[in-house]
Amino acid sequence: MRLPYLAACLTGLLVLAAGPAAAFQIEEERNFPVADATATLEIISTGDLAIFAPLVEAFQARNPGIAVHYITASSTALMTALYEERAVFDIAMSSAMDLQTKLANDGYALTYTSATTATLPEWARWRDQVFAFTQEPAVAVVSKKAFEGLPMPGNRNELIALLRENPERFEERVGTYDVRSSGLGYLFATQDSRQSESFWRLSEVMGRLRARLYCCSGQMIGDVASGRLAVAYNVIGSYVKFNGNDDTWIVPFKDYTNIMLRTVMIPRTTRQPDLAGRFVDFLTAPENRPAISNLSGLPPIDPETLEVEAALRPIRLGPGLLVFLDQMKRRTFLRAWLSAMVQP
Amino acid sequence: MNQPFKPAISATGSLRRRLIVQLLVIAALLSVVLYVSVSTFARQAAETTQDNILEASAAAISEAARAERDQVFLDIPYSALSMLGAVSEERVFYRVMVDGVTITGYADLPAPEVPPKLRRPSFETTVFRGDEVRVVATVRRITVADETVRLTVLVAQTRAGLAAISLRISIAAAAVGIGFFLVSGTLSWFAARNALRPLDLLAQSVARRGAHDLRPVRSDAPSELVPLLVALNSFMDRLRASLMRTEEFIAEAAHRVRTPLATVRAQAEIALRSVKQPHNRQTMREVIRAVDESSRSAGQLLDHAMVTFRSDNLARTEFDLEELARDTIRGIGPTADLKDIAIRFSAEAGLGKVKGDAILVQSALRNLLDNAVKYSPEESTIEVAIARKGRTARVSVRDQGRGFGDGDVERLKGRFDRGTNVADVVGSGLGLTIVDEVARAHGGSLDLASNERGNGACVFLTLPLA
Ligand SMILES: Nc1ncnc2c1ncn2[C@@H]1O[C@H](COP(=O)(O)OP(=O)(O)OP(=O)(O)O)[C@@H](O)[C@H]1O
Ligand SMILES: [Mg+2]
Repeated sequence: MRLPYLAACLTGLLVLAAGPAAAFQIEEERNFPVADATATLEIISTGDLAIFAPLVEAFQARNPGIAVHYITASSTALMTALYEERAVFDIAMSSAMDLQTKLANDGYALTYTSATTATLPEWARWRDQVFAFTQEPAVAVVSKKAFEGLPMPGNRNELIALLRENPERFEERVGTYDVRSSGLGYLFATQDSRQSESFWRLSEVMGRLRARLYCCSGQMIGDVASGRLAVAYNVIGSYVKFNGNDDTWIVPFKDYTNIMLRTVMIPRTTRQPDLAGRFVDFLTAPENRPAISNLSGLPPIDPETLEVEAALRPIRLGPGLLVFLDQMKRRTFLRAWLSAMVQP
Repeated sequence: MNQPFKPAISATGSLRRRLIVQLLVIAALLSVVLYVSVSTFARQAAETTQDNILEASAAAISEAARAERDQVFLDIPYSALSMLGAVSEERVFYRVMVDGVTITGYADLPAPEVPPKLRRPSFETTVFRGDEVRVVATVRRITVADETVRLTVLVAQTRAGLAAISLRISIAAAAVGIGFFLVSGTLSWFAARNALRPLDLLAQSVARRGAHDLRPVRSDAPSELVPLLVALNSFMDRLRASLMRTEEFIAEAAHRVRTPLATVRAQAEIALRSVKQPHNRQTMREVIRAVDESSRSAGQLLDHAMVTFRSDNLARTEFDLEELARDTIRGIGPTADLKDIAIRFSAEAGLGKVKGDAILVQSALRNLLDNAVKYSPEESTIEVAIARKGRTARVSVRDQGRGFGDGDVERLKGRFDRGTNVADVVGSGLGLTIVDEVARAHGGSLDLASNERGNGACVFLTLPLA
């Protein structure tokens, strides 16, 4: 996610041509050594080390003697590593649900069942290969100052109306993902398009306001905080809390809120499936949820909240996610998005 | 005659077993048919369901295709693939081709060998990427730039869940089949038993009969057994007639022998008186003794024949056993007096009556008393007592004679069997035979024992009370 989609693809291909060792693009890398290590758990993840290091350490505290080698990569690089290069990893964690689904669907994931994974709700696992361990809503983040004198939007139609009626205020101050380069942005946008027609109208309005396009949630949130942006649309809500700011406010959309499930899976290339299973159990165990969310700031799997709030819609794992990965579908979608977003 | 009847017949298999085995084979066949049909039906139903979803998915994809400028343009609907994930978590693959050239999807997904026709999709089960998959292929014509092209859509889904369902159903079907077999096996066992019950009953009623019971079998029998019964009855009829002829012949013969023997004895007595020479007197005595033996034999043979004949069609009249015993004792009185033997008689009060043939019972009593007197020394006492024992009356005759000795006592009931201790006592060996047969004919028994009060024999004749 951190790297432009196309760039990652290209780099992946280029490096693949160069040689087999770690041809995919690594962003960050860290060893978590222990004395008298009996095994090393190889993790590839799209999650920042800043967020995941405490989790890894908590896992090590509970499983003495396990060293961890943690690699951060973009979701496309992760896909390249596992799908094309068949790199050896014990754990793959990603926010790109569609790519994780494709990996599992195409046979790159190991089936794992345990008493712990069985406690996950139906919607939080697929084929006993992909397991969700966080539920992160896609939200709109606004700067309260920028909305002074205006009512706060409660749903997308209201947001569209506000943007349309106040072009001078929002011109070049609206931000969203560049879905061409961001896998997560693409996932959110496609799910939006599935949920409601309003997405295309919103895109059109944002395009007319010459919206800024971003690669990542963090930058957008930062720009809202600094006042450069009035609205950032389809941002990972949990990051906002992480950055905490007085002026920044999350719009509680009442029409619907897509929820991304961060998922973990055991790649087929693993040489220590039992150890990998232990890590999956660690992430998915109900009793670990509070600790994990405290350590990482990521919202845990929480079926109760989803039941109470009808607007929260977890993106469904399953073959439906393969649809937007279809080459033609992607081309069509990007064409439509581009014509709405980037207006002459 | 006391030996149980040992058939010289070896059984060639058992009707019941044959019946059960055949019924079991049928049950097993039915179970297998049940299992096969249930599991195939279930599998087909599951397959049809999957085929239907696959076809719907392929159709949805196919319909989404349209011509745009000079190209086929396809915007796969989200539902086309998501519907495949609705029921099960199977892996999903698809491939879209225009005139055989893949435009999107998994280019290596194999098409079914039978090509699809317009509006007639084709299905195939193959292996793709290590899993068994069900593939559907649909075809449609699209006109692109004035040219008609064939749009082929393949959609495939793994069958792991289906296989699991099939397995579960198969196991359930197997359980049902086994259960069916067990139930029908048990039922066929009962059925065989029931069907053969009349045969068992007939065999039992024939086997239960006394050795001399040659009355026709009168029990009701199923039509299949009637010929056998008729044959059996006619056979017994003939046997009875032939037996009767034999007995009649014996009686006639005995009678015819006895009369001239009496004459011979009388003449011999007269001759003995006139003969003076000791040697000749001895000869005469032996002649008389031989005549006595013959005459006794003839008499006993006659009695035996009578007993056999009368027990065949036993009279069932009630009579007073005590009175009958007194009569018989009175009859034997003179013979006992000759040896100065006293006969003491006692009977339990309120004994009740015995049902049967008084003549036969009297003959039995006479033989018992005759033995007691014959085998007792002079000036001894014979005790006759009648006592009630349960639902029977028991006559006991005790003497102070030589007793039965140590040999096989039961043997003495046999025809012409005499003890080793008879010395010069005249006898034919038929007495106890007669008593035994009378006892059996009445459903009673004859028991030989030693006199528990010292020397001598003790004989019990047990007869059921009316
Ligand atoms: N009261 C008895 N005491 C001793 N032995 C007896 C007595 N009654 C019968 N027996 C023995 O049993 C044998 C069989 O008796 P059974 O009455 O059948 O024949 P039997 O007396 O010899 O001849 P018969 O036919 O003339 O009576 C006798 O030969 C005798 O040895
Ligand atoms: Mg006798």
